[in-house]
Amino acid sequence: MTKHNLRRVFVWQLPVRVYHWLNALCIVVLCVTGYIIARPPGIQSGAEASFSYWFGINRFIHFVASYIFIFNFIFRIYWGFVGNKYADWKNFIPTNRKFFKEMWEVLKIDIMLKRNTEHLSIGHNAMAGFIYFLTFIAFAVQAITGFGLYASMSDWWLPNLFAWVPGLVGGDFVLREIHHATMWFFIIFAIIHVYLVFYHDYVEGRGETSSIIGGWKFIEEEVFQKEMEKEKAEMEEV
Amino acid sequence: MTPSTKRPTYYEELRQKGYSRRDFMKFCTTIAAYLGLEASGVAQVSKALMSQPRVPVIWLHFQECTCCSESFIRSSHPIVADIVLDKISLDYTETLMAASGHQAEAAMEKTMKDYYGEYVLCVEGSVPVYDDGVYCCIGGKSAEQILEETAAGAKAIIGWGSCACNGCVQAAAPNPTGATPIHKLIKGKPIIKVPGCPPIGEVMAGVLVHLITFGRIPELDRIGRPKAFYSKRVHDSCYRRPYYDAGLFVQNFDDENAKKGYCLYKVGCRGPMTYNACGVTKWNDGVSFPIQSGHGCIGCSEENFWDNGPFYRRIANFPGFGIESNADKVGAVAAGVTVAGIAAHAIGTNLRKKKLIDTLITEGKESEKELS
Repeated sequence: MTKHNLRRVFVWQLPVRVYHWLNALCIVVLCVTGYIIARPPGIQSGAEASFSYWFGINRFIHFVASYIFIFNFIFRIYWGFVGNKYADWKNFIPTNRKFFKEMWEVLKIDIMLKRNTEHLSIGHNAMAGFIYFLTFIAFAVQAITGFGLYASMSDWWLPNLFAWVPGLVGGDFVLREIHHATMWFFIIFAIIHVYLVFYHDYVEGRGETSSIIGGWKFIEEEVFQKEMEKEKAEMEEV
Repeated sequence: MTPSTKRPTYYEELRQKGYSRRDFMKFCTTIAAYLGLEASGVAQVSKALMSQPRVPVIWLHFQECTCCSESFIRSSHPIVADIVLDKISLDYTETLMAASGHQAEAAMEKTMKDYYGEYVLCVEGSVPVYDDGVYCCIGGKSAEQILEETAAGAKAIIGWGSCACNGCVQAAAPNPTGATPIHKLIKGKPIIKVPGCPPIGEVMAGVLVHLITFGRIPELDRIGRPKAFYSKRVHDSCYRRPYYDAGLFVQNFDDENAKKGYCLYKVGCRGPMTYNACGVTKWNDGVSFPIQSGHGCIGCSEENFWDNGPFYRRIANFPGFGIESNADKVGAVAAGVTVAGIAAHAIGTNLRKKKLIDTLITEGKESEKELS
């Protein structure tokens, strides 16, 4: 029986963790309020309309959450250039053959459940990084379509920068449909994302789940040594 | 009044017709208000109508139902109809001109020749382009030919109604005749789109008066509609908006909420996606508009409104998934499939990775024992 000699690695910096949880909160709030906007519950009320404003408040929460969501997203993009190597933008966009090779490995080991003990990346694995890149595109789609819908209600220049969007897709109706359908991407992503976190925690036992709270993961001492050698070699190459 | 060696002005013609100056000024005030002009704009309108000779107009009818013309001649102020139909010198319009046959075609050709570069071309209806345009021919020419010929000498082109602006019902899928809006056929001419099925009569009059008064096309939005009338959503000027904000919705057309006049959002009202002046200008001299009559907006001034899902439902059919599908149904099924896939994966993990998991568990248990 091999003993795991684990070593603590600081992976997720505080801004990354704050981004993650703020983003998660925003997405939950946006999906719930957004779904209510699309399909409001039927309320039979004897009250005068002037005494109630719950639908207006629901929309207000949606708009506030979307602003937080967007600025949080912009911040994360910035952090992709100044953060540590696990936060770097190169983790998300396939730029070399190694990236694709690792994606294939993840597909084999994690999804097709092939037996393999090879240790994957310390931060995001390539497949996860690429899927996050797709979520960034979905973020952008939601931000652009959302602002496009919001532009006609706003006097502020920022949403009005997107006033061209409805004309591009053929009107507010189509835009609303795109905005609404894209919501399902977030819901399905969230289900898979949470499951895969549990999965990795379960089969690897390296603190995958808690890493996004405390910021550190645990890796085997050998893996750490290997990484060191690899980095040294890379440094010499440069 | 000077004898007619030159063309009479609008005002002169109106006086001959029997309108008083007071009527005339009332009209100028009304139309200036519709145009959204400031108080001094009234003087500009009256000055223009008093000093300028009639603008020749050619009004073409292609694939359409003439509801735009009908709306126009019913606009609230009588002068609106008179000024344009009698006085703007409607040199050619199939529906209302006295001439017919060769005489009518001759009148159009005369206008095109005499006022080359001066006349305003109004187009009602879309142009079929499939099969050499056989689906709409007038006087032996296809609609496309007529449009090309008349557009060449036009000062400006106005597309009346949704047919001319986005194809309306005849362009709905599968669009058998290849109905095409005019802006896709005519390039290099200013085109004012006045969509709606039909557009509001006052809006149509307002656009024409703006052309006459200022000698240039009104300020247009990104897709070519006059901003004065199409910059606001029907939703934002709807008198039922407070019910929307209060979350009080009609569930069915026969329920208690419908009687109370609650918001029609849930029964498919397109007000939140439609840009038009219905909520403000209303119809038939400000009597009512669809929502006020208890029926949701169908978004008739928006592109593709026939294909944007059922009129009485808020959410469109999701493309490629059959008639009763919508984004939510497709999404819910996709989420269900995902959960099922995850369950299968979780079971698979415990079977296929048993050795790996056992190692971790054993290691953990051993440590636990050693500690105790």
